[in-house]
Amino acid sequence: MKEIILNQLSANLPDVNVVVSEFSDELTIQVHKKDIVDVCKLLKNDEKLKFIICEDVTAIDWARKQNRFTVVYHIFSLKNKFRLVVKADVDESECKIDTVSSVWRAANWHEREVYDMYGIKFNQHPDLRRMYMPEEFDYHPLRKDFPVIGIEGSLPLPKK
Amino acid sequence: MEYLEKDEVHPKIIEALLKAEGGVQLDDALENEMILNMGPQHPATHGVLRLVLRLDGETITACVPELGYLHRGYEKMAENMSYYEFIPHTDRLDYLAPLCNNVGWVLAVEKLAGIEAPPRAQYIRMMISELSRIASHLVAVGSMAMDVGALTVLLWTLREREKILDIWDILCGARFTNSYTRIGGVANDLQPEAKAKVEWFINQFDENLDECEKLLNTNKIFIDRLDGVGVISGEDALDLGMTGPSLRGSGIDYDIRRYQPYMFYNEMDFKIPTYTEGDCLARYFVRIDEMRESAKIVRQILSKMPNGDIRVNQPKKVLPYKHEVYSKMEELIHDFMIVNFGINPPVGEVYHAVENPKGELGFYFVSKGEGHPWKCKIRSPSFNNLQSVPKLVKGYMVSDVVAIVGSIDPVMGEADK
Repeated sequence: MKEIILNQLSANLPDVNVVVSEFSDELTIQVHKKDIVDVCKLLKNDEKLKFIICEDVTAIDWARKQNRFTVVYHIFSLKNKFRLVVKADVDESECKIDTVSSVWRAANWHEREVYDMYGIKFNQHPDLRRMYMPEEFDYHPLRKDFPVIGIEGSLPLPKK
Repeated sequence: MEYLEKDEVHPKIIEALLKAEGGVQLDDALENEMILNMGPQHPATHGVLRLVLRLDGETITACVPELGYLHRGYEKMAENMSYYEFIPHTDRLDYLAPLCNNVGWVLAVEKLAGIEAPPRAQYIRMMISELSRIASHLVAVGSMAMDVGALTVLLWTLREREKILDIWDILCGARFTNSYTRIGGVANDLQPEAKAKVEWFINQFDENLDECEKLLNTNKIFIDRLDGVGVISGEDALDLGMTGPSLRGSGIDYDIRRYQPYMFYNEMDFKIPTYTEGDCLARYFVRIDEMRESAKIVRQILSKMPNGDIRVNQPKKVLPYKHEVYSKMEELIHDFMIVNFGINPPVGEVYHAVENPKGELGFYFVSKGEGHPWKCKIRSPSFNNLQSVPKLVKGYMVSDVVAIVGSIDPVMGEADK
């Protein structure tokens, strides 16, 4: 399966640089964030691959200077019974990545959640609101610099 | 009466609701559209789900679900506690099937740490997963029937569920928030009393389920309120990220027990019930059929259950038995180290999904080799299934919303995390 995915990627998108890694039978491909939509479209629509289920979109905060965040996509192919992890690095200075909600509608809410929790903006997202926290909230709670105990006064309490 | 101020209804919510077509006029009540706020405190929304509906007469033209009223920040908490410490918190995700969440969590951690539980423990885990599935579906069917007006069924299904809770009482000492699994095994062995009770329950269950089903399948009001309501095609359901019985009601046989078998599900003989109609009634039938299949699996598990250990012997990763901790030096040291510093799985990333009663529950860990995960993501089925609500309710009546929400069976504990 690994060969088929890499062959299809290199045949159809020769300009895209793909870094492959494996851990505990899980295949991960890392791409540049400008290519993410093209790669996802190919993975979904290619006849041999058909990754039609977008299981999860999330991000990792590495708490480092360069490429602070990594956006992670878990996609599943019903045809091949195979799960693939797609990753793209996002830097804090340009905290944006293109949305894949045009490829899988399921990504819509996941991306809203990532925006809410990490503050990564998704370009051309149809409805980029916060998922869980109130709109007035100024912070992004799953960032590593947000304290577990919370920030006093960050959430407005109801009036008596 | 206190009126809401302008700032208190956030304009972005209203904006999202009106985005489809602009211009609501508020001159004549009969000729105009209306915005209705359903929830978060509404008995038929199964918890604290808030739906903001845009109505034309009584027909829904748009819907915006608002989540977050039960957001407890479990992903943030998981980053600050060891893998063992989080097991009780998984009970509070899908609180109708806590044991399924326990199993999902420990399987993901075991995959990350490279542990495999002994066969007896795996069989016990499968048994509790299937019984939890039955318990969860019983509540789902009963409460959906109650939402559309058939109150008796809830009492009957809860009676059956109570028997399963009694099994939990014997098996793990708690009826509701069980925290029964451990990394590398389960907390204690399956007692003969518990096994006898499971056998007794499974033998009388089919007959009692038939009784419940008779109340519904010949009930004209129940059928009329669900038939052809909330229709979604298989492609749409997949694209919107639906999983579990809600997806299988649309004709897609995606079930992780079949597509990526974990534990010993590949040795079990069971069917994946699917219906092609994609309406609320199909989702109800899928749940009823799944309960029968789960009962079938439990029967096979009981006949095949091997003897042996219930925890794998890996002292650095797996908690020792309590009587050994009190009598042996080595075990005491390991117990101390695991409880205080965690199990330190290798550096890596793992995603493991299990088939929960509501759909696919996945845990994604990023480990830096420390006792606590660097990142933990909970991929909850209810969250994804709720995403399809705007599509499902469009064009139906307000009273159908109750049936539709009941038919996709969301649990806000896991949708909000």
